[in-house]
Amino acid sequence: MALRNHLPAEPDIAAIRAHATNMRRHILLMAEGPGQGYVGQGLGIADVLAALYFHELRHDPGDVRAPDRDRFVLSTGHYSIALWAALAEAGVIPLSELPTYGADDSRLDMSTLDTTPGVEIIGGSLGHGLGQGVGMALGLRLKQSAARVFVELSDGEMQEGATWEAAMSAGHFGLDNLVALIDCNGIQADGPVVLNMEPVADKWRAFGFATQEIDGNDLAAVLTALEEARRAEGRPHAIVLRTRPGKGVPTLENRERAHFVRVDAGEWAALRAELEREAEVSHG
Amino acid sequence: MAEVARTLAMGIDEASGERPIVAAPFGKALIEIGRERPEVVGLTADLGKYTDILPFRDTFPERFFNVGMAEQNLVAVAAGLAQTGFTPFATTYGVFASRRAYDYVAIAVAHARQNVKIVAGLPGLTTGYGGTHQAIEDLALMRMIPGLVVIDPCDATDIAAATRAAAAHDGPVYMRLLRGNVPVVLDPATYRFEIGKAVRLCEGADVGIIASGFMTERALDAAARLDARGIKAGVLHVPTLKPFDSEAVANFAASVSRVVTAENHVMRGGLASLVAETLFDAVVARPLARIGLPDRFIECGAVPTLQQRYGITVEHIVSAAEGRIAS
Repeated sequence: MALRNHLPAEPDIAAIRAHATNMRRHILLMAEGPGQGYVGQGLGIADVLAALYFHELRHDPGDVRAPDRDRFVLSTGHYSIALWAALAEAGVIPLSELPTYGADDSRLDMSTLDTTPGVEIIGGSLGHGLGQGVGMALGLRLKQSAARVFVELSDGEMQEGATWEAAMSAGHFGLDNLVALIDCNGIQADGPVVLNMEPVADKWRAFGFATQEIDGNDLAAVLTALEEARRAEGRPHAIVLRTRPGKGVPTLENRERAHFVRVDAGEWAALRAELEREAEVSHG
Repeated sequence: MAEVARTLAMGIDEASGERPIVAAPFGKALIEIGRERPEVVGLTADLGKYTDILPFRDTFPERFFNVGMAEQNLVAVAAGLAQTGFTPFATTYGVFASRRAYDYVAIAVAHARQNVKIVAGLPGLTTGYGGTHQAIEDLALMRMIPGLVVIDPCDATDIAAATRAAAAHDGPVYMRLLRGNVPVVLDPATYRFEIGKAVRLCEGADVGIIASGFMTERALDAAARLDARGIKAGVLHVPTLKPFDSEAVANFAASVSRVVTAENHVMRGGLASLVAETLFDAVVARPLARIGLPDRFIECGAVPTLQQRYGITVEHIVSAAEGRIAS
């Protein structure tokens, strides 16, 4: 099998949007099993993951360890629900496995372990992703590989000091094969972001990153930013993504901004119907 | 006025002056390995000079990364390099590798089974810079991490051999470092280091000294002194704390009348604890005296002063072997 998503190619936005909607369907299906989960974060980041897995990321669903694959490092392990949705939509994981999310002996854990195909790092302990991404980017550069490294991390995760240790080193080593994708959804474990991280984009610029700031739920903007981040000019890239937790399901978008969403068993049918209505509108 | 000993520079030499020395045995070994294995890379967190890795940088500049004073990132970057097929040797002090970077060693390296070698300077009581720099409990911390190999080498021979064994081992390793001018205690022509194996260095049934790290040198010196007093002491060198050679330790203990452990580490959680657990499990009942560091933070001072004050000299081992230090 060969790597998918050869570049440069014009993005087929309608097709990518359809994948994002499918991923949201997968996320609701998964969350309904345990009746709870990081469904807000998953729905919020779904557009970014759709843009990666169905346009930007050079990967091979038939060979997830292909040496020259682009790496997608999910640092926030509890966003696993979004990664499982993307991997299932991409054909790495069978769709039939989705209802096992969070169940005993399932591969689709609430927090990522590297034993599931398509997972690059164990991501549950926050602050681990960017540093490992720096190591991967150094390694790929040393091997003269054209592969790139995309590291997702979150606004709350910027409070971990090691995030900035890693950022310093990425800037110092001039890693233009590294793209930091910072999901700013405004929530963390104790509620709305508890420690003000603004101005986020200025911080990344100060650490030597070519930095963009966009609406992370605007698929066209995400694709354009990713294209811009292909530029190799001797410094790493950062894309600050302003995302909306629960995006695509209005009830969840408007529910109290919770890190860990609980949904009553009787609510799921209504939430699925909301997603279908929203999808119909957005797909035009 | 009597001369007062003073704290010397950060990384003192281990050499006692009575044995031949090798300068920077780790750096020399890593260069040799680097020539044979292009996938070996070096990293440090602003302690290259004090961990003997700069010769590797000078030989392979494109394969060396200094991440600055950032030990969590040191370990994370090493893990990332391992994930792209490299074999990183990452150096810092033991205190920083263990206390500061523990979560990264545990998760990014050990849990993820990455092929990262952490090389830790200033082991135990080898610096006069006080509790901030003395890694007196690193072995206990590191041996608690599943899947991590933990090595405490004795001398220049051991360092070179263990570095080579670590490079050949497919998996994470934590190795204590002796740097600068390091004595040659073990004969490189006959000594064989193998991960997880203890080595019987001398025979004697009156007392058996089980030692790790540079305490093995002191154990051999103690055995020579005991011999002059008519006490036959055996010495078992245990350079690998994990995996622990329980079989060799139990057999050795069973062959002697009483046992002394000697370690450059607190006596809780390191070699002494391992030996006690092993003898209990193997139902080998022998009196056990422990030589090692106390359960306390140690002040600044000259290293010989501190080693004397806190009980890890040849004399302490001799006293324990003669039964003058209580079990």
